Amino acid sequence: MLFFSFFKTLTNQTVTIELKNDIRIRGTLKSVDQYLNIKLDDVDVLDLDKYPHLSSVKNMFIRGSVVRYVMLPRSEVDIGLLEDATRREAANQAGKAR
Amino acid sequence: MPAPESNMERLPMNENPAGAHHGNAPQGFPPQNNTLGPMSQGPPQLPPQMFTTAAQLLDLTDKKLVLVLRDGRKLIGVLRSWDQFANLVLQDTIERLYAGNLYADIPRGIFLVRGENVLLLGEIDLDKEDDIPPHIQRASFQEVFELKKKEDGARKVGDKKRHGKLQTLGFEPEHSGEILF
Repeated sequence: MLFFSFFKTLTNQTVTIELKNDIRIRGTLKSVDQYLNIKLDDVDVLDLDKYPHLSSVKNMFIRGSVVRYVMLPRSEVDIGLLEDATRREAANQAGKAR
Repeated sequence: MPAPESNMERLPMNENPAGAHHGNAPQGFPPQNNTLGPMSQGPPQLPPQMFTTAAQLLDLTDKKLVLVLRDGRKLIGVLRSWDQFANLVLQDTIERLYAGNLYADIPRGIFLVRGENVLLLGEIDLDKEDDIPPHIQRASFQEVFELKKKEDGARKVGDKKRHGKLQTLGFEPEHSGEILF
């Protein structure tokens, strides 16, 4: 659940999502769920000419399974904290496995 | 961090927004217990039911949407029902075929889509709905279908070539075994 929590801290930030079919979408992260499905507001599709079906879309729900990358604003990510949280999560997992 | 606004605030806080989808809230994840620790002091803690598939789809219910499927189909219809897997029911659906600079609409009716086939679901801005990019022209179904068949064939040949080359270099082609357009 670490990345679920992480993405929750990024709500209302502008992110760019690249899908597995190469579409790149920039928008405001409105919500995320446990499958990392993502809701974006005020979307802006890069290279819109290639994807005319998205020209009149204002907000969208993206299924987590088709996301390749989420590009985040660097200033909003506390790398040190994320590293700590990752180690803590790993330690928890190791504790559970034993 | 700005306070969460818009649709989120209108969600019922005390009852499960999905009604029947009670099991949908992530289990064992109380709102205050953020595994990121201190970072959770930053943004306000929203009730966990706001971060469920159900809450995300609730906002889109009864809206006109474009649904893109994993096989590349574009369906336009009104979202009437859904569940936690993003299985969807669309009403008054049309399928819109795109090929080259042409498009065509095919009336389809009601769709029940299994969630795994969903790529994305976009809410159509009704003010901009008719602003189809100027270089895209409406054409007859036959014409678009033939052109699309040609395009798909060409892409398939190209993909096969690329995958073959990748494989000889020891790479597993991306999303092989899964069709994604």
